[in-house]
Amino acid sequence: MRYLPNSPADRAAMLEATGHRSVDELFEQIPDELKVHGPLNLPGPLAESEIVEFFRAAASQSARKHASFLGAGAYSHYRPVVVDSLLSRGEFFTAYTPYQAELAQGTLQAMFEFQTLIAQLTGMDVSNASLYDGSTATTEAVLMALRITRRQEVLVARTLHPEYRQVLATYVQHQGIAVREIPYGGSGQVDLDQLSAALTPRVAAVVIQSPNFLGALEQVRQVSELTHRNQSLLIVTVTEPLSLAITQPPGEADIVCGEAQSFGVPVAFGGPYVGFLACREKFLRQMPGRLIGQTADTEGRRGFVLTLATREQHIRREKATSNICTNQSLCALAATIYLCLLGKHGLRALAEQNLAKAHYAADQLVATGSALPFSAPFFNEFVVRTPGDSHELLAALEAQQILGGLDLERFYPELKNHLLVCATETVSRTVIDRMAAVYQSAAGGASAQAVGAGRNTSS
Amino acid sequence: MKDRIRNARPHVTRNENLIFERSTPGKSGVDLAVLDVPAVSGEQTLGADYFRREVEGFPEISELEVIRHFTRLSTWNYGVDTGLYPLGSCTMKYNPRVNEVVARLEGLATDHPYAPEPLAQGCLRVLHETARCLAEITGMDAVSLQPAAGAHGELTGILMIRACLAERGNPRKVILIPDSAHGTNPASVSISGYEVRNIKSNAQGCVDLAGLEQAMTEEVAGLMLTNPNTLGIFEPQIHEIAEIVHARGGLMYMDGANMNALVGLARPASFGVDVMHLNLHKTFTTPHGGGGPGSGPVAVRKVLEPYLPAPVIEQTADGTYRLDYDRPRSIGRVRAFYGNFGMAVRALAYILANGAAGLRQTTEDAVLTANYVLARLKDAFDLPYDRPCMHECVFSDKRQAARGVRTMDIAKRLIDYGFHPYTTAFPLIVSGALMIEPTESASKAELDEFIEAMRSIALEVEEDPQFVLKAPYTTRVTRLDEVTAARKPILRWKP
Repeated sequence: MRYLPNSPADRAAMLEATGHRSVDELFEQIPDELKVHGPLNLPGPLAESEIVEFFRAAASQSARKHASFLGAGAYSHYRPVVVDSLLSRGEFFTAYTPYQAELAQGTLQAMFEFQTLIAQLTGMDVSNASLYDGSTATTEAVLMALRITRRQEVLVARTLHPEYRQVLATYVQHQGIAVREIPYGGSGQVDLDQLSAALTPRVAAVVIQSPNFLGALEQVRQVSELTHRNQSLLIVTVTEPLSLAITQPPGEADIVCGEAQSFGVPVAFGGPYVGFLACREKFLRQMPGRLIGQTADTEGRRGFVLTLATREQHIRREKATSNICTNQSLCALAATIYLCLLGKHGLRALAEQNLAKAHYAADQLVATGSALPFSAPFFNEFVVRTPGDSHELLAALEAQQILGGLDLERFYPELKNHLLVCATETVSRTVIDRMAAVYQSAAGGASAQAVGAGRNTSS
Repeated sequence: MKDRIRNARPHVTRNENLIFERSTPGKSGVDLAVLDVPAVSGEQTLGADYFRREVEGFPEISELEVIRHFTRLSTWNYGVDTGLYPLGSCTMKYNPRVNEVVARLEGLATDHPYAPEPLAQGCLRVLHETARCLAEITGMDAVSLQPAAGAHGELTGILMIRACLAERGNPRKVILIPDSAHGTNPASVSISGYEVRNIKSNAQGCVDLAGLEQAMTEEVAGLMLTNPNTLGIFEPQIHEIAEIVHARGGLMYMDGANMNALVGLARPASFGVDVMHLNLHKTFTTPHGGGGPGSGPVAVRKVLEPYLPAPVIEQTADGTYRLDYDRPRSIGRVRAFYGNFGMAVRALAYILANGAAGLRQTTEDAVLTANYVLARLKDAFDLPYDRPCMHECVFSDKRQAARGVRTMDIAKRLIDYGFHPYTTAFPLIVSGALMIEPTESASKAELDEFIEAMRSIALEVEEDPQFVLKAPYTTRVTRLDEVTAARKPILRWKP
């Protein structure tokens, strides 16, 4: 086996030093009836070339030749080659959690830079060193708000990513917490009247997403005023943080959390991703997850350490702020490298391109007669009502090697025949025009059908 | 002139500033493609209320500077690629390069989680096959790959126990955890709405059967057990333990963090385990990445299968794969999408590379190297539980502590000898623990050097304990002031 560095002679010498006559003796502590007798039913062994072949075959059964308008919490952006080139340094990717700070200053400094970048982007005072993903980060933010306020109820916008809402429901199901949904209004944003009516002294936190799952930018200031008047905390989730390069950061929030996959992490069928959680300084000691702090060594040189560990499970055990042990260091490193590479101007220019692509796409679809049902401003994602049946339209687009977006009926039964369309810098004008042409012919078919239907009724 | 010489450093790579301090206005590390649609004004399109002028403080750096910055930072790290990394309970084994290559293939790294199922057959197949292999290795009936890490898997498993017992009429109140357990165990139990009750280990470091008999009352939902335990000892009475738990209507959770001692040799299903998690980043060679991403698949017996997080990936009669969301008894979702897919790719690549025989040899080597270290260090360090170990051995600093040197000090000195330290001060049932897990990736030659280093440090402690207390001497920074870091936290750079 090529991964094993010991020769038969090495094994024999080591065994001799242990004083045992056979390797089997080392396993004598396992009762014989509990042992596996005979080989397991597993594939392999395969040579490296065969492994590559196996996965190439799997990779060919994919949408890799398709242009994609899918977003909804996982965004396709171009990843500069520098990101993988640096991530592939063994010193980074084969290291563990930086418990031994003197041997891990590389990871520690990079995570300190990640915390800084996230704080700058979100307009918050402090950020942690990442969490599993956006869904668990949002859930952890809610648990944090419950600890801070000691209240029992959470108001969650219906426009928060549906799968994030499901994860939250799983986590709080045995905590005696009520989660209530706040509907969206005609703009696609949180209905402020309904929110206002739902805010009672029991409410620990209000959770909104911006841009929300329907692509709409939320009225964070207005939501904040209502929420804070009630002495509840405002949690803002961001699933497309590239938007923060051109839209107002939710600085009025108490906790800003979300998903940073957009920054140099591949969509990879849903993971691994990189959750983040940033907040106001006064809530620091209630934060979940790892934190990296700046300090000095015995010679006075700047260095970095894991800090405030007394919040964490290995010290506090069942009283910890969270059960989280790992963060998503390598993905957070990817995000750090990506953000440094693009920098202030690159990130802004990229956000402008996304804004332009999505608005061009929206304009082209509107020009075919399709309606955009929601009026709120959007970044790179928007909802469109399809001409005719959405499944047929998606199939027609698929025939053109285009993934036309997410059919919203899956999560919002009231939005039958509505698609969530995301246009990042990765879709070309040609593809957008081809998509519009499919809408155009569907609209033609749909109106012909409507005419036909009308004729039937009249006869 | 003198000043200048005094300010000299060994190399510029040793004093790399923060990226923000390297920034100068007007630079960027990317040039974007020309925009092929009409540009829009952000201020007009979004409206003044939503428009952001700039991200203050963001860095401005060229591509080469970014490369140098992170390359320099990387040289301050120590990884498995650098050398022996005997961090107990963490299974720091070789991370095969081919895993990294296949996880980045176009079609796997680029497929969207909401791609239509017919266009995601490759990804679904990888997930299904990984789950099947893990079920075979553990002997369990079904596997969910949704949990993103070990602790996340623990939470998932305990929630499933709760769902099952609730359906039987009473979810019960307490989960038993041995005092040797990882800190994540009690923390995960708390979130599941259970109370934690610790049970004491016996003189051999294992579960005390009489104590368990007493503790296992009608209000106990189950036992959460790490096996081999954190002392590296296989619970010899695991079967009796499971019988006691089951007889009183409880369920058995096994923390599979130490599965590297068992793969191919023993399957938890035959111990009476009902639910367990695996750590793909430990046993199955997905890289630790400086602290994640991990992956914590959960494996269950039939009795718990209905409660698995939705969706579940299944193969249909025609051989295609689909996501089954229709799981009315599921505990719900624990993470968006389907878990850390990229980690499943790597784990499957590792299983494929080995096959059944390779995995068995791997396990044998992991146990052999740990016993070799045990045999060669037990005259130099105190061994609180003197018996053959599985994949890791645990010493205590009792002898050195008498000279004022604790496990952390020995660890710091070990850095000067060129090795990453072992795990310090864990498990908690050993005072001043030195927990050493060499893994199968340690060659005899490197272990001999490590053993020599440890023995040499033991001598240094005898001759000059003060010298050891100030280690390390060879790193970029010396010991860091953790107290000030926690008292006056500086968690971000500010201009």
